[in-house]
Amino acid sequence: MVENYLRQSALAHLGLEGRAATDEAEAPVRLHERVLPAAVNLRGDSDDPGFLEAVKLAAGLDLPLAPNTTRGDERRAALWLGPDEWLLLHHDAEPDAESRLAAKLREALAGRHSAVTEVGESLACIRVAGPRAADVIAKGCPLDLHPSVFGGAGRCAQSHLAKTAVTLHQVSHEPAFDVYTRRSFSDYLWRWLSDAAREYAEA
Amino acid sequence: MLLITCPYCGPRCESEFSNGGEAHIERPKDPASLTDAEWAEFVFLRDNPKGLVLERWNHAQGCRRWFNVARDSVTYEILAVYPMGSPPPALEPRRYV
Repeated sequence: MVENYLRQSALAHLGLEGRAATDEAEAPVRLHERVLPAAVNLRGDSDDPGFLEAVKLAAGLDLPLAPNTTRGDERRAALWLGPDEWLLLHHDAEPDAESRLAAKLREALAGRHSAVTEVGESLACIRVAGPRAADVIAKGCPLDLHPSVFGGAGRCAQSHLAKTAVTLHQVSHEPAFDVYTRRSFSDYLWRWLSDAAREYAEA
Repeated sequence: MLLITCPYCGPRCESEFSNGGEAHIERPKDPASLTDAEWAEFVFLRDNPKGLVLERWNHAQGCRRWFNVARDSVTYEILAVYPMGSPPPALEPRRYV
Protein backbone atom coordinates (compact mmCIF):
# COMPACT_ATOMS: atom_id res chain seq x y z
CA MET A 1 0.00 0.00 0.00
CA VAL A 2 1.22 3.53 -0.72
CA GLU A 3 1.87 5.90 2.13
CA ASN A 4 -1.32 7.53 3.30
CA TYR A 5 -0.13 11.05 2.64
CA LEU A 6 0.51 10.08 -1.00
CA ARG A 7 -2.91 8.58 -1.62
CA GLN A 8 -4.84 10.50 -4.24
CA SER A 9 -8.24 9.83 -5.68
CA ALA A 10 -8.19 8.58 -9.26
CA LEU A 11 -9.80 11.77 -10.57
CA ALA A 12 -8.02 14.28 -8.32
CA HIS A 13 -6.41 15.97 -11.32
CA LEU A 14 -9.82 17.03 -12.68
CA GLY A 15 -10.55 19.25 -9.68
CA LEU A 16 -14.10 17.96 -9.44
CA GLU A 17 -14.85 19.44 -6.04
CA GLY A 18 -14.55 22.96 -7.37
CA ARG A 19 -17.10 22.27 -10.09
CA ALA A 20 -20.16 21.35 -8.07
CA ALA A 21 -23.23 23.00 -9.56
CA THR A 22 -25.58 25.00 -7.41
CA ASP A 23 -28.79 23.34 -8.60
CA GLU A 24 -27.40 19.87 -8.10
CA ALA A 25 -30.47 18.45 -6.38
CA GLU A 26 -32.71 19.04 -9.42
CA ALA A 27 -30.28 17.88 -12.09
CA PRO A 28 -31.49 14.94 -14.22
CA VAL A 29 -28.04 13.37 -13.96
CA ARG A 30 -25.44 13.92 -11.30
CA LEU A 31 -21.90 12.59 -11.51
CA HIS A 32 -19.41 12.50 -8.75
CA GLU A 33 -16.46 10.47 -7.67
CA ARG A 34 -16.62 8.38 -4.52
CA VAL A 35 -13.01 8.64 -3.53
CA LEU A 36 -10.68 5.88 -2.42
CA PRO A 37 -13.02 3.00 -1.63
CA ALA A 38 -11.64 0.25 0.55
CA ALA A 39 -12.19 -2.93 -1.45
CA VAL A 40 -11.33 -6.56 -0.86
CA ASN A 41 -11.84 -9.32 -3.39
CA LEU A 42 -12.83 -12.51 -1.63
CA ARG A 43 -12.96 -16.01 -3.06
CA GLY A 44 -14.11 -19.15 -1.32
CA ASP A 45 -16.57 -22.01 -1.28
CA SER A 46 -20.14 -20.76 -0.74
CA ASP A 47 -21.29 -24.34 -0.08
CA ASP A 48 -19.17 -24.39 3.07
CA PRO A 49 -21.24 -23.01 5.99
CA GLY A 50 -18.03 -22.52 7.98
CA PHE A 51 -16.68 -20.19 5.29
CA LEU A 52 -19.84 -18.07 5.26
CA GLU A 53 -19.91 -17.88 9.05
CA ALA A 54 -16.24 -16.89 9.24
CA VAL A 55 -16.74 -14.13 6.68
CA LYS A 56 -19.77 -12.82 8.49
CA LEU A 57 -17.86 -12.60 11.75
CA ALA A 58 -14.82 -10.95 10.19
CA ALA A 59 -16.54 -8.56 7.77
CA GLY A 60 -19.83 -7.96 9.57
CA LEU A 61 -21.74 -8.71 6.37
CA ASP A 62 -23.60 -11.70 5.03
CA LEU A 63 -22.34 -12.70 1.61
CA PRO A 64 -24.96 -12.48 -1.16
CA LEU A 65 -25.40 -15.94 -2.66
CA ALA A 66 -27.89 -15.14 -5.43
CA PRO A 67 -26.33 -13.94 -8.72
CA ASN A 68 -26.11 -10.18 -9.27
CA THR A 69 -27.22 -9.30 -5.75
CA THR A 70 -25.60 -7.38 -2.92
CA ARG A 71 -25.80 -7.13 0.85
CA GLY A 72 -25.23 -4.09 2.99
CA ASP A 73 -25.83 -0.47 2.10
CA GLU A 74 -24.17 2.21 0.02
CA ARG A 75 -21.42 2.69 2.59
CA ARG A 76 -20.54 -0.94 3.33
CA ALA A 77 -21.52 -3.58 0.83
CA ALA A 78 -20.76 -7.06 -0.38
CA LEU A 79 -21.23 -7.56 -4.12
CA TRP A 80 -21.71 -10.92 -5.83
CA LEU A 81 -19.13 -11.29 -8.59
CA GLY A 82 -19.36 -15.00 -9.28
CA PRO A 83 -20.42 -18.27 -7.66
CA ASP A 84 -17.28 -18.21 -5.50
CA GLU A 85 -16.23 -14.58 -5.68
CA TRP A 86 -17.32 -11.38 -3.92
CA LEU A 87 -16.25 -7.77 -3.66
CA LEU A 88 -16.36 -6.29 -0.17
CA LEU A 89 -16.56 -2.50 -0.18
CA HIS A 90 -16.20 0.12 2.50
CA HIS A 91 -16.65 3.77 1.55
CA ASP A 92 -15.57 6.83 3.54
CA ALA A 93 -13.48 4.60 5.74
CA GLU A 94 -10.18 5.17 7.52
CA PRO A 95 -7.18 4.83 5.17
CA ASP A 96 -6.19 1.54 6.80
CA ALA A 97 -9.71 0.04 6.73
CA GLU A 98 -8.85 -2.12 3.74
CA SER A 99 -5.73 -3.69 5.19
CA ARG A 100 -7.46 -4.23 8.53
CA LEU A 101 -10.45 -5.92 6.87
CA ALA A 102 -8.15 -8.12 4.78
CA ALA A 103 -6.13 -9.11 7.84
CA LYS A 104 -9.30 -10.00 9.76
CA LEU A 105 -10.56 -12.10 6.87
CA ARG A 106 -7.24 -13.89 6.44
CA GLU A 107 -7.16 -14.71 10.12
CA ALA A 108 -10.76 -15.93 10.15
CA LEU A 109 -10.26 -18.02 7.01
CA ALA A 110 -6.91 -19.52 7.93
CA GLY A 111 -6.83 -23.16 6.86
CA ARG A 112 -9.82 -22.80 4.53
CA HIS A 113 -9.66 -22.88 0.76
CA SER A 114 -10.03 -19.17 0.11
CA ALA A 115 -8.30 -16.05 -1.19
CA VAL A 116 -8.36 -12.50 0.13
CA THR A 117 -6.97 -9.77 -2.11
CA GLU A 118 -6.84 -6.04 -1.43
CA VAL A 119 -7.97 -4.31 -4.63
CA GLY A 120 -9.11 -0.83 -3.55
CA GLU A 121 -6.16 0.94 -5.10
CA SER A 122 -6.86 -0.62 -8.49
CA LEU A 123 -10.40 0.75 -8.53
CA ALA A 124 -12.13 4.04 -9.03
CA CYS A 125 -15.80 4.61 -8.23
CA ILE A 126 -18.04 7.05 -10.08
CA ARG A 127 -21.55 7.69 -8.79
CA VAL A 128 -24.11 8.28 -11.53
CA ALA A 129 -27.37 9.42 -9.99
CA GLY A 130 -30.58 11.11 -10.96
CA PRO A 131 -33.75 10.37 -12.96
CA ARG A 132 -31.79 9.96 -16.24
CA ALA A 133 -28.84 8.02 -14.77
CA ALA A 134 -29.87 4.75 -16.42
CA ASP A 135 -30.24 6.49 -19.81
CA VAL A 136 -26.69 7.78 -19.59
CA ILE A 137 -25.23 4.38 -18.72
CA ALA A 138 -27.36 2.66 -21.35
CA LYS A 139 -25.60 4.64 -24.07
CA GLY A 140 -22.51 2.48 -23.64
CA CYS A 141 -23.59 -0.63 -21.78
CA PRO A 142 -25.54 -3.66 -23.04
CA LEU A 143 -27.31 -4.29 -19.72
CA ASP A 144 -31.02 -3.57 -19.44
CA LEU A 145 -31.10 -1.30 -16.40
CA HIS A 146 -34.89 -1.04 -16.16
CA PRO A 147 -35.91 -2.11 -12.64
CA SER A 148 -38.16 -4.84 -14.06
CA VAL A 149 -35.08 -6.51 -15.56
CA PHE A 150 -32.12 -5.29 -13.54
CA GLY A 151 -33.97 -5.66 -10.26
CA GLY A 152 -33.63 -2.18 -8.80
CA ALA A 153 -31.67 -1.10 -5.76
CA GLY A 154 -29.30 -3.60 -4.24
CA ARG A 155 -28.49 -5.32 -7.51
CA CYS A 156 -25.12 -5.44 -9.17
CA ALA A 157 -23.66 -6.64 -12.44
CA GLN A 158 -20.35 -6.80 -14.21
CA SER A 159 -20.35 -5.68 -17.79
CA HIS A 160 -18.70 -3.14 -20.03
CA LEU A 161 -19.41 0.55 -20.33
CA ALA A 162 -17.91 2.49 -23.20
CA LYS A 163 -15.48 -0.42 -23.73
CA THR A 164 -14.18 -0.39 -20.16
CA ALA A 165 -14.89 -3.30 -17.84
CA VAL A 166 -17.13 -2.10 -15.03
CA THR A 167 -18.95 -3.38 -12.00
CA LEU A 168 -22.29 -1.64 -11.56
CA HIS A 169 -24.01 -1.41 -8.19
CA GLN A 170 -27.44 0.16 -8.03
CA VAL A 171 -27.48 1.79 -4.63
CA SER A 172 -30.90 3.44 -4.63
CA HIS A 173 -34.23 3.49 -6.42
CA GLU A 174 -33.68 7.10 -7.50
CA PRO A 175 -31.87 5.56 -9.46
CA ALA A 176 -28.25 5.90 -8.41
CA PHE A 177 -25.48 3.65 -9.63
CA ASP A 178 -21.95 3.21 -8.38
CA VAL A 179 -19.73 2.42 -11.35
CA TYR A 180 -16.47 0.71 -10.42
CA THR A 181 -13.78 0.68 -13.05
CA ARG A 182 -10.05 0.26 -13.26
CA ARG A 183 -8.30 3.30 -11.93
CA SER A 184 -6.40 3.77 -15.18
CA PHE A 185 -9.69 3.92 -17.13
CA SER A 186 -11.35 6.35 -14.75
CA ASP A 187 -10.27 9.56 -16.46
CA TYR A 188 -11.55 8.30 -19.81
CA LEU A 189 -14.75 6.95 -18.30
CA TRP A 190 -15.45 10.15 -16.41
CA ARG A 191 -15.08 12.21 -19.57
CA TRP A 192 -17.23 9.75 -21.50
CA LEU A 193 -19.97 9.83 -18.86
CA SER A 194 -19.79 13.58 -18.62
CA ASP A 195 -20.22 13.86 -22.38
CA ALA A 196 -23.03 11.28 -22.42
CA ALA A 197 -24.85 13.20 -19.68
CA ARG A 198 -24.55 16.57 -21.38
CA GLU A 199 -27.87 16.37 -23.20
CA TYR A 200 -29.60 15.96 -19.84
CA ALA A 201 -27.77 18.94 -18.30
CA GLU A 202 -25.49 17.05 -16.00
CA ALA A 203 -24.44 18.56 -12.67
CA MET B 1 -25.58 -10.23 -31.78
CA LEU B 2 -26.16 -13.32 -29.68
CA LEU B 3 -27.92 -13.28 -26.34
CA ILE B 4 -26.01 -15.87 -24.32
CA THR B 5 -27.35 -17.18 -21.04
CA CYS B 6 -24.41 -17.37 -18.67
CA PRO B 7 -25.15 -20.24 -16.27
CA TYR B 8 -24.20 -17.92 -13.39
CA CYS B 9 -25.22 -14.37 -14.40
CA GLY B 10 -28.20 -15.00 -16.67
CA PRO B 11 -28.82 -13.68 -20.20
CA ARG B 12 -26.15 -11.24 -21.33
CA CYS B 13 -24.99 -9.63 -24.55
CA GLU B 14 -22.48 -11.51 -26.68
CA SER B 15 -19.97 -8.66 -26.38
CA GLU B 16 -19.39 -9.61 -22.73
CA PHE B 17 -18.17 -13.08 -23.75
CA SER B 18 -15.21 -14.54 -25.50
CA ASN B 19 -15.32 -17.72 -27.52
CA GLY B 20 -12.95 -20.49 -26.47
CA GLY B 21 -13.30 -22.74 -29.49
CA GLU B 22 -14.47 -26.31 -29.74
CA ALA B 23 -15.41 -28.04 -26.49
CA HIS B 24 -14.67 -31.57 -25.28
CA ILE B 25 -11.17 -31.86 -26.72
CA GLU B 26 -9.23 -33.95 -24.28
CA ARG B 27 -5.51 -33.46 -23.91
CA PRO B 28 -3.72 -36.72 -24.72
CA LYS B 29 -2.68 -38.57 -21.56
CA ASP B 30 0.81 -39.26 -22.86
CA PRO B 31 1.81 -36.60 -25.39
CA ALA B 32 5.33 -38.00 -25.76
CA SER B 33 4.02 -41.20 -27.33
CA LEU B 34 2.09 -39.42 -30.11
CA THR B 35 3.23 -39.10 -33.67
CA ASP B 36 3.59 -35.61 -35.10
CA ALA B 37 0.38 -36.11 -37.03
CA GLU B 38 -1.55 -37.11 -33.93
CA TRP B 39 -0.18 -34.11 -32.01
CA ALA B 40 -1.06 -31.79 -34.88
CA GLU B 41 -4.56 -33.24 -34.84
CA PHE B 42 -4.89 -32.40 -31.14
CA VAL B 43 -3.36 -28.93 -31.37
CA PHE B 44 -4.64 -27.59 -34.66
CA LEU B 45 -7.40 -29.56 -36.26
CA ARG B 46 -10.99 -28.77 -35.37
CA ASP B 47 -14.30 -29.93 -36.70
CA ASN B 48 -16.16 -27.24 -38.57
CA PRO B 49 -19.64 -28.65 -38.83
CA LYS B 50 -22.57 -26.99 -40.51
CA GLY B 51 -25.20 -27.43 -37.83
CA LEU B 52 -24.73 -28.43 -34.21
CA VAL B 53 -21.48 -27.16 -32.66
CA LEU B 54 -20.31 -27.58 -29.07
CA GLU B 55 -18.18 -24.65 -27.93
CA ARG B 56 -16.50 -23.27 -24.85
CA TRP B 57 -17.33 -19.70 -23.88
CA ASN B 58 -15.94 -17.45 -21.19
CA HIS B 59 -17.96 -14.67 -19.58
CA ALA B 60 -14.90 -12.44 -19.87
CA GLN B 61 -16.49 -9.11 -18.91
CA GLY B 62 -18.83 -10.61 -16.34
CA CYS B 63 -18.17 -13.36 -13.82
CA ARG B 64 -15.12 -14.63 -15.79
CA ARG B 65 -16.32 -18.26 -15.61
CA TRP B 66 -16.06 -20.82 -18.39
CA PHE B 67 -18.99 -22.88 -19.61
CA ASN B 68 -20.13 -24.84 -22.66
CA VAL B 69 -22.65 -23.81 -25.29
CA ALA B 70 -24.38 -25.97 -27.90
CA ARG B 71 -25.14 -23.78 -30.89
CA ASP B 72 -26.39 -24.11 -34.43
CA SER B 73 -23.71 -22.69 -36.71
CA VAL B 74 -26.24 -21.90 -39.44
CA THR B 75 -29.06 -20.20 -37.55
CA TYR B 76 -26.87 -19.16 -34.57
CA GLU B 77 -29.62 -20.49 -32.32
CA ILE B 78 -28.30 -21.41 -28.88
CA LEU B 79 -29.60 -24.88 -28.10
CA ALA B 80 -28.16 -25.50 -24.64
CA VAL B 81 -25.82 -24.07 -22.03
CA TYR B 82 -24.11 -26.46 -19.65
CA PRO B 83 -21.28 -26.32 -17.15
CA MET B 84 -17.65 -27.24 -17.76
CA GLY B 85 -16.90 -30.87 -17.06
CA SER B 86 -20.35 -32.18 -17.82
CA PRO B 87 -21.13 -34.21 -20.94
CA PRO B 88 -23.07 -32.52 -23.74
CA PRO B 89 -26.85 -32.82 -23.54
CA ALA B 90 -28.57 -35.17 -25.97
CA LEU B 91 -29.45 -33.00 -28.95
CA GLU B 92 -30.72 -33.86 -32.38
CA PRO B 93 -27.97 -33.33 -34.94
CA ARG B 94 -29.02 -30.65 -37.38
CA ARG B 95 -28.75 -31.39 -41.06
CA TYR B 96 -28.31 -28.75 -43.73
CA VAL B 97 -27.52 -30.04 -47.19
